[in-house]
Amino acid sequence: MEVNFIDIKDFRETMLAHRRKGMDFLRELIGMDWQDDGLGAIYMLENSSTHENIEVAVRTLDRERPQLPSVSDIWMVAELYEREVYDFYGIEFTGHHDLRRLYLRNDWVGFPLRKDYDASEELNPVRMESEPVEEFQREYDIQDDREMAEIVEKLKILHYDQYVVNIGPQHPATHGVLHFHLSLEGEEVRKVDIRCGYIHRGIEKLCESRTYPQILPFTDRLDYLSAHQNRHALCMCIENAMEIGVSDRVQYIRTIMDELQRIDSHLLMYSCMAMDMGAITGFIYGFREREKILDIMEEVTGGRLIQNYYVIGGVQADITPGFAKKVKEYCNDQKIRIKEYYDLFVNNVIFRNRSIGVGVLSREDAISFGATGGTGRASGWACDVRKRHPYAMYGKVDFKEIVHTGGDCYTRLIVRLEEILESIGIIEQLIDNIPEGDYKTKTKPIIKLPEGRFSASVEGSRGEFGVFIESRGDKMPYRLKFRPTGLPLLAAAHKIMKGCKIADLITIGASLDYVIPDIDR
Amino acid sequence: MEMKKPAIKSIPYEEFKDNETLESLLAEVNKERTNVLIGNLDDLINWGRSNSLWSLTFATSCCGIEFMAVGAARYDFARFGFEVTRNSPRQADLIMCAGTITHKMAPVLKRLYDQMAEPKYVVAVGGCAISGGPFKGSYHVLNGIDKIIPVDVYVPGCPPRPEAMLYGMMQLQRKVKAEKFLGGKNIHRKRSDAPKDPIIVTNVPAGDENKNEK
Repeated sequence: MEVNFIDIKDFRETMLAHRRKGMDFLRELIGMDWQDDGLGAIYMLENSSTHENIEVAVRTLDRERPQLPSVSDIWMVAELYEREVYDFYGIEFTGHHDLRRLYLRNDWVGFPLRKDYDASEELNPVRMESEPVEEFQREYDIQDDREMAEIVEKLKILHYDQYVVNIGPQHPATHGVLHFHLSLEGEEVRKVDIRCGYIHRGIEKLCESRTYPQILPFTDRLDYLSAHQNRHALCMCIENAMEIGVSDRVQYIRTIMDELQRIDSHLLMYSCMAMDMGAITGFIYGFREREKILDIMEEVTGGRLIQNYYVIGGVQADITPGFAKKVKEYCNDQKIRIKEYYDLFVNNVIFRNRSIGVGVLSREDAISFGATGGTGRASGWACDVRKRHPYAMYGKVDFKEIVHTGGDCYTRLIVRLEEILESIGIIEQLIDNIPEGDYKTKTKPIIKLPEGRFSASVEGSRGEFGVFIESRGDKMPYRLKFRPTGLPLLAAAHKIMKGCKIADLITIGASLDYVIPDIDR
Repeated sequence: MEMKKPAIKSIPYEEFKDNETLESLLAEVNKERTNVLIGNLDDLINWGRSNSLWSLTFATSCCGIEFMAVGAARYDFARFGFEVTRNSPRQADLIMCAGTITHKMAPVLKRLYDQMAEPKYVVAVGGCAISGGPFKGSYHVLNGIDKIIPVDVYVPGCPPRPEAMLYGMMQLQRKVKAEKFLGGKNIHRKRSDAPKDPIIVTNVPAGDENKNEK
């Protein structure tokens, strides 16, 4: 396949040049195994002001000790992305200051996303003893006269003369199974070591042995609070690649369902934030309205949380006759109810004191970390994919992109609550004008993508969700990568948690609104 | 003195499935007769225990959100005696294992289970906890939690509806009622099943002078 590779020697220079030209947003870093053509990575860069996109690919032919130069000093999010690629492909990034496994246990044998990975039970049985603790950071650096980079420096991850606290993996405030390993000085957090992978299900590897329609259900289970949007991205990517046209009716339905899902997710975010901060009443109120959305979803799709609604070429089933009426009733109700949230929780003095000015993320950091979604917009970065690269009906409806500049926990919640109103606005513009037409375009029984690389991205509930497919003309993808919306948020969390009080850790975690199964995949 | 049928108030006995399993459990419990006092005391204790089962807040993925919905106002499991959820395994009576268990999580789940006080129960919620579900065959997914801990009730679904979860929880209540608490006849887990190798933490690092962090 035609890929334009950059020579490793020029790679750093090229990347620095791109950065200087304003490519400040590293959208994705995709590890690749091209078998005989070597191991490598694809970098997707975007200019945050002009929204111009470029792709850079680099590879190495050495399969024993593959090494690539690190870009973690140019884009901060690359620090976690490169650890992920190291974990899956064993590519050592020279110059990366902390190259450990990100998802798998550190006594794991082999690199699972390589095509020649040996998945036998004997190599990696279910180990029931606790994971050995890694104490040192590993840095690979090129020595003067040697070709290969070696481990040069051993830096302690945490110092045990400081007070070390473990939060998670089983902890109600981590919203799933996430492990914060932190060292404290008094009440202040000195250093955070984030350990994920407790819910890493190896979806990307599974996808390589599934046909395209079989992959669709996985998207719902990544970030289950933006099930529709995730599936939208994959369907859109496949439809674009196969040049399947979808009817206007489908576009309308998809847009409405996406927005309902977004409201659902933001309500859950508000509820959980209230619960994490001890306001259980807020939680009950948020869930009251959320159940109404779930009722609508259930009536149309048959599922409450995971709906399996979109299919390639359309949607599974047509909307029900009472759909429009119910949605309108709900929208009218929600507009009134949202005021209650302000009275009950947002304007509460305890909440305001605990969240205003806490966990501030600057605009530059948000871009460098690639923290899209409500988090980025709360820091003043207009990063909404619906505006940047409009898809479905978003180019034709009138809505405002909520951008604030506070960057703290309070602003992140306010952005979400205001977005609920914008979403209602979008739904109200569309709901009365759903055109007649087919709800599903007929597709071939066996779906094969032409050779090539395809990508699509949508605005998920908590940021940009992207799908990247490399196809070799088969009915299964050669490589499929989901851009997690949560991993950049976690990378940003790492930074803003440093120096805060340990009690604020919970507030920051709740306001970033990450979903762990989406981070771990 | 025999133990009675494990009924749930206001729901007829016949409306539950799996009555045969419970009856065989009861037959085993009733094999040896007990005196009236202890038997009545058992009934009383079981009534109390089955109506205040506190669950551990343990959710790894999607099913956890549905579990939260079961706890919220509309479905409200507190109506049936699952009053609150506990964040510490030491205060919990049961684990609702909601979500996929991976290789990395398996030892954590086992440890949580070991930390709970007897008598303890496990409900496997959703396809992933039962068999690996949609992720069966992945390199990093445990195919069913019953490989590492004993499971009392399985609730299938992906994710199960809140009603299904409530049904599963009520089945657990009926199972609790079919136990002999005094005399240790039907203790949930025998002593010999206790982990042979207790967890010994060996990798506690000593204080060190290596201060190159700052």
